Amino acid sequence: MNVQSAHWVAVGTLDDIPRQGARRVLYGDTTIAVFRTSQDRVFALEDRCPFKDGPLSEGIVHGVTVSCPLTNWIISLETGEAQGADSGATQTFSVKMEGDTVFLGL
Amino acid sequence: MTQKRLVIVGNGMAPGRMLEHLLDASPDAYAVTIFNAEPRVNYDRIMLSPVLSGDKSFDDIIIHDEAWYKDNNITLHMGAKVTKIDRIAKTVTSENGIVESYDKLVMATGSNPFIIPCPGHDLSGVLAYRDLDDTNNMRAAAAKGGSAVVIGGGLLGLEAAAGLNQIGMDVTVLHLMPTLMERQLDTAAGYLLEKELESRGIDIRCKANTKQILGEDGQVKAVELDDGTVIKCDIVVMAVGIRPNVQLAQDIGLEVNRGIVTTNGMQTSDPDIFSVGECVEVGGMVYGLVAPLYQMAKVAAAHLSGPSDALFKHSETPTKLKVTGCDLYSVGDFSEGEDREDIVLRDAKGGTYKRVIVQDNAVIGAVMYGAVDDGPWYNELLKSAEDISEMRDTLIFGQAYQGGGGADPLAAVANMADDAEICGCNGITKGTIVSKMNDLGLTTLADVRAHTKASASCGSCTGLVENVMALTLGDAFQMPEVETVCGCTTHDHATVRRLIEAKGLKSIPAVMQELEWSTAEGCAKCRPALNYYLVAAWPGEYEDDQQSRFINERVHANIQKDGTYSVVPRMFGGMTTPDELRAIADVADKFDIPAVKVTGGQRIDLLGVKKDDLIPVWKDLNDAGMVSGAAYAKGLRTVKTCVGADWCRFGTQDSTGLGIKLEKLLWGSWSPAKLKLAVSGCPRNCAESTCKDIGIVCVESGYEIHYGGAAGLHIQGTTKLGNVTTEQEVLEYCAALTQYYRETGHYLERIYKWADRLGYDHIKSVIYDDAEARQGYYERFLYSQKFSQVDPWAERVAGAEAHEFAPMADIKLEAAE
Ligand code: SRM
Ligand SMILES: Cc1cc2nc3c(=O)[nH]c(=O)nc-3n(C[C@H](O)[C@H](O)[C@H](O)COP(=O)(O)OP(=O)(O)OC[C@H]3O[C@@H](n4cnc5c(N)ncnc54)[C@H](O)[C@@H]3O)c2cc1C
Ligand code: SF4
Ligand code: FES
Repeated sequence: MNVQSAHWVAVGTLDDIPRQGARRVLYGDTTIAVFRTSQDRVFALEDRCPFKDGPLSEGIVHGVTVSCPLTNWIISLETGEAQGADSGATQTFSVKMEGDTVFLGL
Repeated sequence: MTQKRLVIVGNGMAPGRMLEHLLDASPDAYAVTIFNAEPRVNYDRIMLSPVLSGDKSFDDIIIHDEAWYKDNNITLHMGAKVTKIDRIAKTVTSENGIVESYDKLVMATGSNPFIIPCPGHDLSGVLAYRDLDDTNNMRAAAAKGGSAVVIGGGLLGLEAAAGLNQIGMDVTVLHLMPTLMERQLDTAAGYLLEKELESRGIDIRCKANTKQILGEDGQVKAVELDDGTVIKCDIVVMAVGIRPNVQLAQDIGLEVNRGIVTTNGMQTSDPDIFSVGECVEVGGMVYGLVAPLYQMAKVAAAHLSGPSDALFKHSETPTKLKVTGCDLYSVGDFSEGEDREDIVLRDAKGGTYKRVIVQDNAVIGAVMYGAVDDGPWYNELLKSAEDISEMRDTLIFGQAYQGGGGADPLAAVANMADDAEICGCNGITKGTIVSKMNDLGLTTLADVRAHTKASASCGSCTGLVENVMALTLGDAFQMPEVETVCGCTTHDHATVRRLIEAKGLKSIPAVMQELEWSTAEGCAKCRPALNYYLVAAWPGEYEDDQQSRFINERVHANIQKDGTYSVVPRMFGGMTTPDELRAIADVADKFDIPAVKVTGGQRIDLLGVKKDDLIPVWKDLNDAGMVSGAAYAKGLRTVKTCVGADWCRFGTQDSTGLGIKLEKLLWGSWSPAKLKLAVSGCPRNCAESTCKDIGIVCVESGYEIHYGGAAGLHIQGTTKLGNVTTEQEVLEYCAALTQYYRETGHYLERIYKWADRLGYDHIKSVIYDDAEARQGYYERFLYSQKFSQVDPWAERVAGAEAHEFAPMADIKLEAAE
């Protein structure tokens, strides 16, 4: 369920996000978690685990997945889908890099 | 026919190659004129490092000597920088006044080294690494001896560092990122590279951010980092990247983006002007390695020598580092992904690492360190996008194994000669193990260890030994069930802890490499465990990896089910004051915190604090003299006390005062799982000492020390360690016991589970009976406390980890409308 990007909105630079970490972007009532992997790939998901609404921005990032801080569900940063036995998905947002600037498709 | 006039701006490797193609195709189509800002002929820039190290001279790396230009009657203006181009009149003018007119023009201005504009960047002694002059300057400096700081741990920086080190300078490399060459290498390979360079005496400092370069009368003296560190040096080499040199193109109004924009035919926005080299942006990409530049050269030559449909096509160029002894190879895309399969092979002993990334049955990337021979083969597979499903299982072992079933580890061991060494530590051969097993009828790993010593020391050969056993015993052999840390490794917690010490491993990538982790980055299970083991093993040395900690410990508060937080300030020994209570009340009002609760740990919990309020809340509590209660930590939680002798008619000792002393001694320490103490003033035990991790019961004659209680998921009374007579002894015994637990506990193992595992008698014999051992643990505890007794709240109020607490952006909906 990839959101078709209406606008590209600049939300900050790569350096604002810790490697293997995430930052939150407030978007109206929605909170978006913007992740940076150890390989400097950037992904954006709604900051809400499909299981118990845990804030994914606070999970541990490994590879291109994040473990939910509340329940340890493992969520794919690419598809927003829960991995392994669990099922459910979080909304993803498209991301574009221009130089070091991070844009979200909103 | 009258010759057309071709003028080339820049005389680097790209146009040099272009001319060779052009001369082959149509030798006299053009009268060629070249302007070059550098006062010399075309040379092999790639080989500057051998010149730096003295292995080669400049003459050795010249590509086209003066004679070559004469023979091909090409006019070369050396040391002539082009400053004007008139696209209407079609003329080119150089700084030193030479004017030439052209029919076709080629821009080949290459790129400029990027210089960080930090204070002091213009001091003399600050060098780039781009051309022969830079190289000569470095050699001149090295001739005087002294030390150099290289800023930038990428290809160039490391070549410079290795070269300078080879000609006798003390070299320090400053790299912003956590691992070297992070663009070309993953963390595992970066770690191996760092290890190799450090073994040559090069001081590598990652996560090092340069604040300024310090000088004395115009000359470099030292570099200062963000964290205040000052590194003395005589030269600074900046190798932090390159920028396409597009100034001139911009001035004359050619389309320029990151580089000079060209078609796939290398034509700029002016049909009479072509461009080749690092200054070019083609298909949205700019390039910094010669392979693609040479392709540009070929394409440009084709179009210059007549109508042609030659087009530039992007292709992955493998990265190699030209530093002897550092064999690394990386190509393609090696970031992880669901749709990708990651195949990793590590050989800790040989210090090699191999990782191949497969997507839809095709190789899309590879990273190698040490064993790089198969690099070209993987690159071939990548280019050809060949379907590898047939050889998937053996792919990682390399080309040699294809067809041969050599991938099976048992087969490999079977092929070993009898005198092949299995256990390096103890020099035990395969033959010895097999014969001992047969003679003595050994069937378990424990027996084999006991009788042969194989795998009895560092244990890194355990896998091999088991394979030998499997071969000898056949079906009779069962692989021992080890409870591994997680799916990423075959080692159990104890082994990992032992090897971290034995091999002196000091970072998470180091552990993952040396202990042959099967994943590139571990998982949410092993990363926090490894982080704790490293914190415990190397106090003051290991830098805590925040990204490997659970959120509660990262933000120093407990995350609640609705994503808000709870804040629990410390109340040492359960004692508080009117001022503290007032401050807590004020904070609750000021940030309208929905719930204030007295906890089971004799302190107060503020529940439902919004993440963005955490810092101001902590500040107010700090200002009132309170620190974090660590109610979230795998570390010291609470020391509950009773009122004791001060008030209670039964009280035998000052239980409250002792509890406060204990908490002041222990707070801030990290442990395998949470640690809770209590001190009761008499055997009536009002502080529930006998169900705590460590509990003190005061008696007339002194103090009883108990431990190994549980009152949570599992209920169990404590076991008595022994009696002591003074408060100081209580403090020393408890600290020693805690340290023994910190050093040998498994991550998330509470004290009662740890004690059940080690045995209460054993622990007593170490901590209570053996004064010397106790003293050792006590001192190691005090030492590590030096580094852990900093209030995390105060640190963050002061600005640490700020990114954790504020959103990166706040987009008002209008913005998106
Ligand atoms: C606040 C408090 C309950 C209360 O309102 O009194 C509490 C709250 C939580 N306890 Fe507790 N425990 C609290 C005292 C206890 C006690 C009693 C005590 O400490 O005297 C126990 C039994 C003794 C023990 O530690 O075993 C206790 C046994 C647990 C357990 C089971 C631990 C076990 O190994 O058996 C958990 C789960 C865990 O840690 O994995 C737990 C986990 C939790 C967590 C951290 C659950 C979580 O991860 O979010 C709760 C956090 C709430 C919050 O945000 O503050 N809490 N918890 C108490 C805080 C004490 C303090 O001041 O720090
Ligand atoms: C130390 C070092 C090691 C390297 N190692 C490797 C390696 O191992 N593998 C690899 O593939 N690549 C390597 N490279 C990169 C490779 O050398 C470059 O990609 C390549 O040389 C670029 O060629 P170019 O012709 O585009 O530009 P350059 O070779 O930079 O040539 C540009 C020339 O144009 C001149 N010029 C600029 N502006 C003007 C003007 N206005 N008028 C006149 N002249 C001008 C400059 O003086 C310069 O001589 C290395 C580079 C360095 C510095
Ligand atoms: S434990 Fe003993 S001293 Fe402490 S309060 Fe209870 S009865 Fe009094
Ligand atoms: S190699 Fe066998 S124990 Fe170290």
